[in-house]
Amino acid sequence: MISETYVLSVNRKNHEVADAHTSESLLWVLRERLELSGSKNACEEGECGSCTVLLDGDVVCSCLVLAASAVGREIITIEGLGKGDEISDIQQAFVEAGAVQCGFCTPGLLVTIDQMLDADPDPDELTVREAISGNLCRCTGYGRILEAVRIASGNRKNQSEKEDSK
Amino acid sequence: MGVIVAKSVNEACALLAENPDTTVLAGGTDLMVQVNKGASSLENVVDLTRISELKGWTINDSEIVLGSGISYSDLSKPELASILPALAQASRTVGSPQIRNAGTLGGNLATASPAGDTIPVLVAMNAILKLRSSKGQREISVDEFVTGVKSNALHAGEIIESVRLPLLEGPQEFLKVGIRNAMVISVVSLALLVDDKGKSLRVGVGSVSPVPFRATEAEEFIAGEFDWENYSQLPEKVKSRFSKLVADSTKPIDDHRGTAEYRKHSVAVLAKRALERVCIRTES
Repeated sequence: MISETYVLSVNRKNHEVADAHTSESLLWVLRERLELSGSKNACEEGECGSCTVLLDGDVVCSCLVLAASAVGREIITIEGLGKGDEISDIQQAFVEAGAVQCGFCTPGLLVTIDQMLDADPDPDELTVREAISGNLCRCTGYGRILEAVRIASGNRKNQSEKEDSK
Repeated sequence: MGVIVAKSVNEACALLAENPDTTVLAGGTDLMVQVNKGASSLENVVDLTRISELKGWTINDSEIVLGSGISYSDLSKPELASILPALAQASRTVGSPQIRNAGTLGGNLATASPAGDTIPVLVAMNAILKLRSSKGQREISVDEFVTGVKSNALHAGEIIESVRLPLLEGPQEFLKVGIRNAMVISVVSLALLVDDKGKSLRVGVGSVSPVPFRATEAEEFIAGEFDWENYSQLPEKVKSRFSKLVADSTKPIDDHRGTAEYRKHSVAVLAKRALERVCIRTES
């Protein structure tokens, strides 16, 4: 069945979705209809986390969100993390730590880590491991990803200390 | 009608009454897997996730009533975890943060999987579900609600509104065996809850039979052996008898996650471990 046209708020902009099937997942609509291909499609069953987006500020697997049910919610994808053409501090930390190998899991991890550091700017290692437990990486063994989180959280801490001392 | 995001329980029930073929959507973590596989195609959908009355909870001296739309993440947070520790432990073992943010208590019940992680806890607590339709409401105990492997007692047009649980005084444990720590479907799960006032222990087990159930024989045995005064550790003989009674009550199957024999063994290990953990005082 074809849905009536609906509007999704993605990365602080409204996008009209026309002629979509009722059964389409948010991931499908993001990639195939809105041409936001940063969120990756692998398992389509909520196991791998490569499609992770923020839905009203919480991490979810966009493959398990019915797109038409996300009307009126705030959706943030990997494309919405940086400011304009600048990459985000966590993306920069991934570059510095060499935390990207094949890169397929990276967008989902970046969204997850961004949300985690917003909630807890100085997480201990167990918190980090639990936070990223739904994002599978088959390449890196996670060592450099954990290192990237340490770099990003350290930078955020220095930044806030600087601002406090001003 | 397509996809409708309901704003109230009444609206959802009215929509279901008008369109009997409507699919009910909660967290989507089970339903969308079937949809993505092509096993299920959606036409008319009522989304329950933004009904605020399903997301709240109320408490009095003896009971807590949880809205069916409460997520595993919310059940894991300190506010509810301090009141319902075993349910919080079970919720924390579900999937990943992404899944726990989306998946709901009501969804876990409606899916009624033998491996549903909250169900052994709810069974041990004799949870009472309130079901609602446009015709009215009814109450049903969780063991009557879960009728078989992935089947439940919901009538057409009914939704789960809330889950009522007694407030128990005493330690609680939930333990689960899986192939790793995250993203794991239970191979075996067990909840052990102490009811200090009622002087009983409640044991719920999952993934070892078509539906999660209470190991009543083991419960009766251990209530008489338990040190209600001091919560001291129990003799090895008592622990072994208890864990054997739990294992003997199960009817596991062989499947791709484990053999029946392994499940019998594991459930006995979990029973003993949970018992040691609720006995707070170690022998001196």
